[in-house]
Amino acid sequence: MSSALQNLIDQPYKHGFHTDIASDVVAKGLSEAVIRTISAKKGEPEWLLAFRLEAYRHWLTMTEPAWPNVHYPKIDFQDISYYSAPKTKKKLASMNEVDPELLRTFEKLGVPMHEQKALAGVAVDVIFDSVSVTTTYKHKLAEVGVIFCSFSEAVKEHPDLVRKYLGTVVPTTDNFYAALNSAVFTDGSFCYIPKGVRCPMELSTYFRINTQESGQFERTLIIAEDSSHVSYLEGCTAPQFDTNQLHAAVVELVALDNAEIKYSTVQNWYAGDANGVGGIYNFVTKRGLCRGVNSKISWTQVETGSAITWKYPSCILQGDNSTGEFYSVALTNHKQQADTGTKMIHLGRNTRSRIVSKGISAGHSSNSYRGLVQVGPRAEGARNYSQCDSMLIGDRSAAHTFPYIRAQNSSAKIEHEATTSKIGEDQLFYFASRGIDAEQAVSMIINGFVKDVFTQLPMEFAVEASKLLGLKLEGSVG
Amino acid sequence: MIRAGAPVLLEVRDLRAKVSGIEILKGMNLTIRAGEIHAIMGPNGSGKSTFAKVLSGHPDYTVTAGTTLLDGKSIFELPPEERARAGLFLGFQYPVEIPGVANAQFLRLTYNTIQGAHGKDELDPLEFDDFVREKMKLLEMDPAFLDRSVNEGFSGGEKKRNEILQMALLEPKLAFLDETDSGLDIDALRIVAGGVNTLANANNAVVLVTHYQRLLNYIIPDYVHVMEGGRILKTGGKDLALELESRGYDWVAAAVAS
Ligand SMILES: Nc1ncnc2c1ncn2[C@@H]1O[C@H](COP(=O)(O)OP(=O)(O)OP(=O)(O)O)[C@@H](O)[C@H]1O
Ligand SMILES: [Mg+2]
Repeated sequence: MSSALQNLIDQPYKHGFHTDIASDVVAKGLSEAVIRTISAKKGEPEWLLAFRLEAYRHWLTMTEPAWPNVHYPKIDFQDISYYSAPKTKKKLASMNEVDPELLRTFEKLGVPMHEQKALAGVAVDVIFDSVSVTTTYKHKLAEVGVIFCSFSEAVKEHPDLVRKYLGTVVPTTDNFYAALNSAVFTDGSFCYIPKGVRCPMELSTYFRINTQESGQFERTLIIAEDSSHVSYLEGCTAPQFDTNQLHAAVVELVALDNAEIKYSTVQNWYAGDANGVGGIYNFVTKRGLCRGVNSKISWTQVETGSAITWKYPSCILQGDNSTGEFYSVALTNHKQQADTGTKMIHLGRNTRSRIVSKGISAGHSSNSYRGLVQVGPRAEGARNYSQCDSMLIGDRSAAHTFPYIRAQNSSAKIEHEATTSKIGEDQLFYFASRGIDAEQAVSMIINGFVKDVFTQLPMEFAVEASKLLGLKLEGSVG
Repeated sequence: MIRAGAPVLLEVRDLRAKVSGIEILKGMNLTIRAGEIHAIMGPNGSGKSTFAKVLSGHPDYTVTAGTTLLDGKSIFELPPEERARAGLFLGFQYPVEIPGVANAQFLRLTYNTIQGAHGKDELDPLEFDDFVREKMKLLEMDPAFLDRSVNEGFSGGEKKRNEILQMALLEPKLAFLDETDSGLDIDALRIVAGGVNTLANANNAVVLVTHYQRLLNYIIPDYVHVMEGGRILKTGGKDLALELESRGYDWVAAAVAS
């Protein structure tokens, strides 16, 4: 690894036994005192501190979940520094300082030069006026009353909105990692779409107003008022090198009457090397609440990174006639492990949900789909359709499917289809006999396999995601 | 058509090959010149498909002895995709299904790959669509097959027609058609044979593996070879096929033994 990249990912912080309010770093370890310090540093209102403390006290009573089909050494939660922000990424003077591996990836993905620079942490002021882009962007949104800002900013500028909705979809007590996040989150995104507004552009975290890193405990809250519509894009197709091993984010979505939220993710965090050394543990709680009638929440995810992914973007279909969708592609290679899927909780009448999950496992990786479809007693006429397909590449990868169905209303219609396929040697030979090499053949087969999910992604995202799959599978066949 | 001075396209000498440790090809010899049509016949299990797969480089098969030159160049060092780019085409006895991959996309990729290898222009999706529809018309194939997944759910005969379509697109130097006639109805047989006849010219060559003399009424072979036990036992003209049809194979082996 080049020294430039080393610089990029080694974000040094000082350890110590005491907490110095003036410094940027809180000593390792977690306690009420640490949480009070974080809250004080951020100048938070009393209610938010209370929210954090309640979460923390509950967290102390919880144990790490053991049910996911993933394996990793025990995490020492006292060995993590819970506040090392705010800090900006180290700026590099020129592209020459960027790791060539990263540049190669950018090139293959076709990322435009100015974006490459921004993503790699090179000062971009000269070439790419990010300030003016941000301003134009902000201006356009303000015209229609859309709020899109960092979570910290929202707490300062829109405390009533944050207070009204924070924790209403993912309660502080929900699960081990959500409780931990609620206690110690440092920043994230906030988005509010007023009544009747169709957000004039796709909201992308790439354009998020502040350039600070959100750290490992990110918090996102999106609220769509009656009859509003928003499409939100999260992530970045370039690999995000990071020294933080544990990422435990929480995302909450609230859709009111007739509102629609579309949330798309392309995740390509550092997956560790081919031997499984390093890489991020991505333990995320993402949940959407269709609170209003006729509301709709749609999750689309392309998960290709992280050493371990543990993630179930879910929908609570509370409003009558509300709809939940989950479209997922999870690719694992080398020693990666993914246990991902969704929960569709049907509470309202005539609620609908649709699950399309495509798992691809290559190398020595393990890829599990875990999905729950639950129909409550009042969910008259609820319907679900699930399709879970797995594809294996090579002989040493594994795919598992764990579908759970709980129906308490006899009028529910639940359909589940699952297939497992393997890219066979005879298929590859067929391509080869037509002049097509194994890499191109696999890419074509995989793109066919994920088509139903990729068509749900915004166009440019789909193009990048498709190239990304090709990159991630490079060298996994032949 | 046999021309004494025509360049040799394929030269197989004393070829031996095995699969799963079992020797299947036991000394194949075959010379094919430009402009010729060869038929290979022989009982089930005699090694006809094995020969095809060894030529095109299936990874399960190991060559243990002998040489094979395509257009004067040895092919065993080349991976299968490069043999295809060098002008070898295999029409499969059992074409494999590739779910999820649209036939149109697949056909365009293979077409452009081979074009690219010959330094010729590639076609964009729109241009290719026109081009492939013309070729399909010649083979009386429904354009609906473009939108379906490659071979998935195709009937036996439809798969074979899709093979011939690929041959028509790629215009190989040497086409090895493994039982392309099996599973074809009478009309399809006539159409497919017409397709092969249209493509055959003085610069290329065709090898037909078949069990039935019927195909050879439509495509007149210059040579008929009888394969048995992993080698060619007898070679004759088109009349040999008629003789095999009426007498079976046993007499060939007996004649060779005596
Ligand atoms: N993977 C394998 N393992 C063991 N034996 C094999 C394998 N592949 C082929 N064989 C054997 O090799 C022999 C030749 O098979 P091949 O498919 O070449 O015959 P063929 O002449 O094409 O027959 P047909 O007319 O039935 O198509 C057969 O006995 C077959 O069982
Ligand atoms: Mg055969």
